[in-house]
Amino acid sequence: MSPTLSHLDELEAEAIQILRETAASFERPVLMYSIGKDSTVLLHLALKAFWPGKPPFPLLHIDTTWKFREMIAFRDETARRLGLDLRVHTNQEGLAQGVNPFASGSKVHTDVMKTQALRQALDMWKFDAAIGGARRDEEKSRAKERVFSFRDRHHRWDPKNQRPELWNLFNTRINQGESIRVFPMSNWTELDVWLYIWKHGLPVVPLYLAKPRPVVERGGTLIMVDDHRMPLEPGEKPRMVSVRFRTLGCYPLSGAVESEADTLDKVIEEMLRAKTSERQGRLIDHDQSGSMEEKKREGYF
Amino acid sequence: MSFAELKEGERLREYLERYERTELLRFLTCGSVDDGKSTLIGRLLHDTGRIYEDHLAALERDSKVHGTTGGGLDLALATDGLKAEREQGITIDVAWRYFATNTRSFIIADCPGHEQYTRNMATGASHCQLAISLIDARKGVTTQTRRHAFIASLLGIRHVVAAVNKMDLVGWSEDRFREIEREFFLYCQRLGISEPAAVPISALQGDNVVRRGTNSPWYAGPPVLELLESVPVDRPSPDAPFRMPVQCVIRPDLDFRGFAGQIAGGSVKPGDRVRVLPSGRESRVVRIARAQEDGGDLPYAAAPQSVVLTLADEVDCSRGDVICCVGDDPAVTLGIECDVVWMQEQPLVPGQRYLLRTGTKTTPCTVRRVRWLLDVDTLETSPAESLRMNEIGRVQLECEERVVVDGYRDCHATGALVLVDRLTNATSGAGMVRLPTEIGARRAHWETQAAETLERADAKPSLVTAEERERRWRHAPRTVLIYGPPKSGKTRAALELERQLFDAGAAVVVLDGQALRRGVSKDLGFSDEDRSENLRRAAEIAKLLNDQGFTVILAMVAPDPAARARARALIGEGRWEERGMGVASSPEH
Ligand SMILES: Nc1nc2c(ncn2[C@@H]2O[C@H](COP(=O)(O)OP(=O)(O)OP(=O)(O)O)[C@@H](O)[C@H]2O)c(=O)[nH]1
Ligand SMILES: [Mg+2]
Repeated sequence: MSPTLSHLDELEAEAIQILRETAASFERPVLMYSIGKDSTVLLHLALKAFWPGKPPFPLLHIDTTWKFREMIAFRDETARRLGLDLRVHTNQEGLAQGVNPFASGSKVHTDVMKTQALRQALDMWKFDAAIGGARRDEEKSRAKERVFSFRDRHHRWDPKNQRPELWNLFNTRINQGESIRVFPMSNWTELDVWLYIWKHGLPVVPLYLAKPRPVVERGGTLIMVDDHRMPLEPGEKPRMVSVRFRTLGCYPLSGAVESEADTLDKVIEEMLRAKTSERQGRLIDHDQSGSMEEKKREGYF
Repeated sequence: MSFAELKEGERLREYLERYERTELLRFLTCGSVDDGKSTLIGRLLHDTGRIYEDHLAALERDSKVHGTTGGGLDLALATDGLKAEREQGITIDVAWRYFATNTRSFIIADCPGHEQYTRNMATGASHCQLAISLIDARKGVTTQTRRHAFIASLLGIRHVVAAVNKMDLVGWSEDRFREIEREFFLYCQRLGISEPAAVPISALQGDNVVRRGTNSPWYAGPPVLELLESVPVDRPSPDAPFRMPVQCVIRPDLDFRGFAGQIAGGSVKPGDRVRVLPSGRESRVVRIARAQEDGGDLPYAAAPQSVVLTLADEVDCSRGDVICCVGDDPAVTLGIECDVVWMQEQPLVPGQRYLLRTGTKTTPCTVRRVRWLLDVDTLETSPAESLRMNEIGRVQLECEERVVVDGYRDCHATGALVLVDRLTNATSGAGMVRLPTEIGARRAHWETQAAETLERADAKPSLVTAEERERRWRHAPRTVLIYGPPKSGKTRAALELERQLFDAGAAVVVLDGQALRRGVSKDLGFSDEDRSENLRRAAEIAKLLNDQGFTVILAMVAPDPAARARARALIGEGRWEERGMGVASSPEH
C-alpha cells in the first residue's frame, strides 16, 4: 500500500515537523494568534502536532483595541473551548497617548500598537521563538524569508544576511536576547489555507462570510463601521451592504469586499475567480512601496 | 489566480479532488548573474495569467522607477522583492513563488546568480527536484553555470533543463544554441545527469517560455512550461528502509508515551519490528496514533508524513534518536565522511570544532581532514588544507557522540547535515554523507551475484573453442589497462598500442572510459565510487571480448588501486596487464 500524499497532506506534515522542532529547541516559544484564517489553521496544526498532549506553548494576541468585535468574541470562545493559555497584550503607553488609526494614521498606529506592542510582549514574557501564520505567497518580501527567521536583540530582521536553510535541518541556535520568528505555513497559499479549513471543517470568524453590514466608503475602499469610534463626515450615514473580508485586522484598516458569498463554498469559489490579491484591501500595506519590508525590519510580524 | 481555474460548472468538491491529485514539483532557477532567472519566472507567471491585477499595476509602477528595461515591464521585479535587490537590479536571496496549472502545482525557488550568494542558491536547491539552468546566449556556459549545476547534482537533483536565454540578442542563431547545448550536455553527462533538456528562449519577449515562439522554427522541442509539466517527479519510495528521527516525546499522562517525528525514509505499520538507534534496542510498533476526530489511528504511514508512534516496550528513546526498521541498518558512527559546500567567510580547517546537526541530533564535532577540493570546471579533485567560502570538497569529521546516518544518495533526510559555528551560531556548511556501505551496496556491483537463471543460460559452450580462436588471430587475448588522471595521455597511448597490435595482426579494440560514459555508464558521475563502477563495467565488457578472442585496451582514470585489483581478478591474472600514466594530480593515489 503506497498512497502518495496529497499536496495538502504534504504541507501539513511539513508544518507539524516545524512546530515540533520549535517546541523541542526553544525554552519559551509562543504562538502568535491573530484570529484570522491563517491563525485558525496554525492553531489546528499545533493541536495536531502535540496530540494527545496540548501544545507546549501559550497563545499571544496583540490587541490594538481596534479589532472587529466579532474577532475578539471568536478569540475568547476559541481559547475557552480548547482550554488554552491565551495571553493578550496591548501597548498601554500608546493607548494613553491616544494613538489610533484615525488621528495618528495607519502608519503610526501600526508601528505603535502592533510592532512596538509585539516587541513589548516578547520582552516582557521573554519569549525566544514566536510562531506565526505568515505565508510566502502573501507579499514579495515575505517571499524571501526563512522558515526559522533570525531576529537580533532589537527584534530586527536583516534580509540581506539570512542564515542558509537547507533541507529541514533548521538552525535554532541563538544567544541571550536574540529570537527567532517561525513560519510553519511558509509554503502554503491562500487557496491551501481555505481548502484546509474546508476539508477539516474548522470554524472561522463569521466576518469571512458575506452578510449585510454597515459600511462607509473611504478612498475607494469599503470600511465597516464596527463601533461608535468611527468618525463620520457630517451628514454621512453608513449604508447596509452585503460584504465579507478576505483578510482581517483592525476594522478601520480592513477593506471589505462586496459579495453575496454567505457560505464557505461560495467564498472559495469567489476567491478562485478573483483578479486581485488578498492584501489589496489592507490599507497598511500601501503606505509606501516596500513598506512591508520596512515594517518587518522593525520587528513587525 | 495563482491556481488552476475552477472550470465552468465544477463543484468545489470536484475541484479539491482534482487539486489534491495534481502532482507537486519543486524547482529552482540557477546560473550566472544576470542571465535572466528572475525575468524567466516573472514571464512564466505573467504569461500563464498568474499575476493579480493589483500586483501587475504595482509591477508596472516599479518598472518605471527601478526597471532595467527602459520603462517597459521588468518582470524580474515580480520576484526581486527586497529593496536592495530592486535598487541594484540583482537577486540577493531566494524568492519563493507558488503557482499551479491544470496538470501540476509548482513551488519555485528563484535563486541568486551572484557567486557571493551561492549559499542562498544551495538553500533553494536543497528543497527542489528540478533545476532550470539559465545560460546567456552571448556568454555561453560559465564557471558559475557549472558551479550551480554541480551543486544541484550534489544535492541530488536529477532533472536539469538548460534555458538558453537572450536568444533575441544573438539573432536566434541555431548554431550558437547548438554549441551551448553541446557544451552543457557534456558537462551534465559528466555529472551523471542522464537526460538534460535545452530550450532556446527569450525571457524578455516570451518566446518558448509558455508558448512556442516564431523566431526559432528550427527548434522542435517543447517550451519551458511544457517540460515542467511533463518531467517525471522523483518521490520518496515507500519501499526504502524505514527511518524516523525522533523530534520529541509526547507524554500527556502516565498511560501514553508517543514518539513524534517526520518519517525520513520508507514506511511503517503497526506490528513492525523496529530498532532504536544508536542504543540498538528493539521493539515493536503498536500504534500510529491520531486523534479520533481526524480519523483515528493510521494503519500505515510513509515518508514524508509526520506521525506519533507508540512502542510495545519501555525502551529508552528521545530526541536525537532514530527509529529504524530491523535489518538494512543505517551507520552508527563517530566518524563521518561527507561532501561539504562551505558557506561562511572563515574557512573550514582541520582541528576546528563545529556543532553538527543531522536528523534531530546536534553534537559537537571536529574537522579531521580535508581530503580534497573539487574544481567545478574540470571536476577534478586536488589536495587541500582548507575549504574557503563557496568551495566544495570532501571532508572527514569526528563527532563527540555517535550519530545515526545514511549515505545521502540512499536517504536525503538522514544523509544530510549542517555545520553551525559555535560562537556566531552561523550556519557555516552543508554536508552530504558518503558511506562505504553506500558505495559497495549501491553503486559498484563488484560484489553483486549474477542472477541464477542468467548463469545457467550462459553455460552453453560455444562451438568455437578458445584454441581455434587463438590460432585464427595468432595471439592469446589480453586486457591492457592504461590508467591515469585526466589529460595524462591515456587515450593517446591506447590508440598507439592499438595500431601496433593491429599491424601485428591481432584482433584488438579500445574501450575508452569517456566513451563508456556516453552510453553504458551514462548514469555514473565522477566520485570515487562511480569511477570504480565504471572500471568494473569496462572490465566486464573486456572479459566478454577476451572470451571471444579479442584483445582489449582500456583507457580509464581508475584512481583506486583496490578497484584495479578487482578488475585484474575479474579478467584473470594471466590475461591482465596495467600501465600507469603519470599519477600526479590525484590527491589520494
Ligand atoms: N534582451 C534580453 N534581455 C533579457 C532577457 N532576459 C533577461 N534580460 C535582461 O537581463 C537583465 C538581468 O535579468 P534578471 O532576470 O534580473 O537576471 P537574473 O539571472 O535573475 O540575475 P541575478 O538573479 O541577479 O543573478 C535584465 O535587465 C533583463 O531585462 C532576454 O531574453 N533578452
Ligand atoms: Mg534574479
